[in-house]
Amino acid sequence: MLSLHSYLILSAILFSIGAIGVLIRRNAIVIFMCVELMLNSVNLTFIAFSKYLGNMDGQIFVFFVMTVAAAEAAVGLALMIAFYKNRESIDVEDLNLMKW
Amino acid sequence: METIFFTIVAAVTVLSGIMVVTCRNPINSALSLILTFFCIATLYVTLDAPFMAAVQVLVYAGAIMVLIVFVIMLLNIRSEVGRRYTHAGIIGTVVGFLMLVLTFNFLNNSSLTGAKGLITTDVINKIGHTELIARSMFTDFLLPFEITSILLLVAIIGAVILSKKKI
Repeated sequence: MLSLHSYLILSAILFSIGAIGVLIRRNAIVIFMCVELMLNSVNLTFIAFSKYLGNMDGQIFVFFVMTVAAAEAAVGLALMIAFYKNRESIDVEDLNLMKW
Repeated sequence: METIFFTIVAAVTVLSGIMVVTCRNPINSALSLILTFFCIATLYVTLDAPFMAAVQVLVYAGAIMVLIVFVIMLLNIRSEVGRRYTHAGIIGTVVGFLMLVLTFNFLNNSSLTGAKGLITTDVINKIGHTELIARSMFTDFLLPFEITSILLLVAIIGAVILSKKKI
């Protein structure tokens, strides 16, 4: 049987990839996808702990994380379309209206 | 056998995750992300969570990724050309690697101390994963479940208002 550590290490690697993507990419949609990747790595951690501790609560939390991700996708993509209508670009460096 | 399977799936997951970050064209990133989601669903199956694997494929690889690919194609985003040099690239990568090293350090010096629950593989096979989830969700987690419906309502209203012609 696989140990819990292998799942946690995979999850840590995925989370770091997502975090690096959020920090280095400038395309808003790619940043959005990297956030989804980070959420998924956390879900993997929840389910791995749920199995190795013999408890169902972690999987319910995964359910709620998925709901929040779906809501975030709807609102975030609507925001991006509204931004693209105004600026003709979704580069995050053009998001400078509130910068001083 | 199990270890070999896990190694292969984990390698595909990490490689497609790296592709999400490194691809210039957002469509390629989105397709790599779908592959990552499918690999994570496979890992859920190996973790005795078949219902969560089904939901992962339906909600993430289905609904959310369709929405993202739809928006990418609607906005007709071209791939980034002539990337300008920024310090953010170097600093972001270094910070990400530091975070990874810290996490590894933490994982190597830790062990599982929580009390073991009653849900073993035999129980899941006997009762069924979906039923176990439903029991837990509609008894212990009923209030969070109801609050989730309000969150979804707010998200619907927000999306409708944001996509109006004049905000």
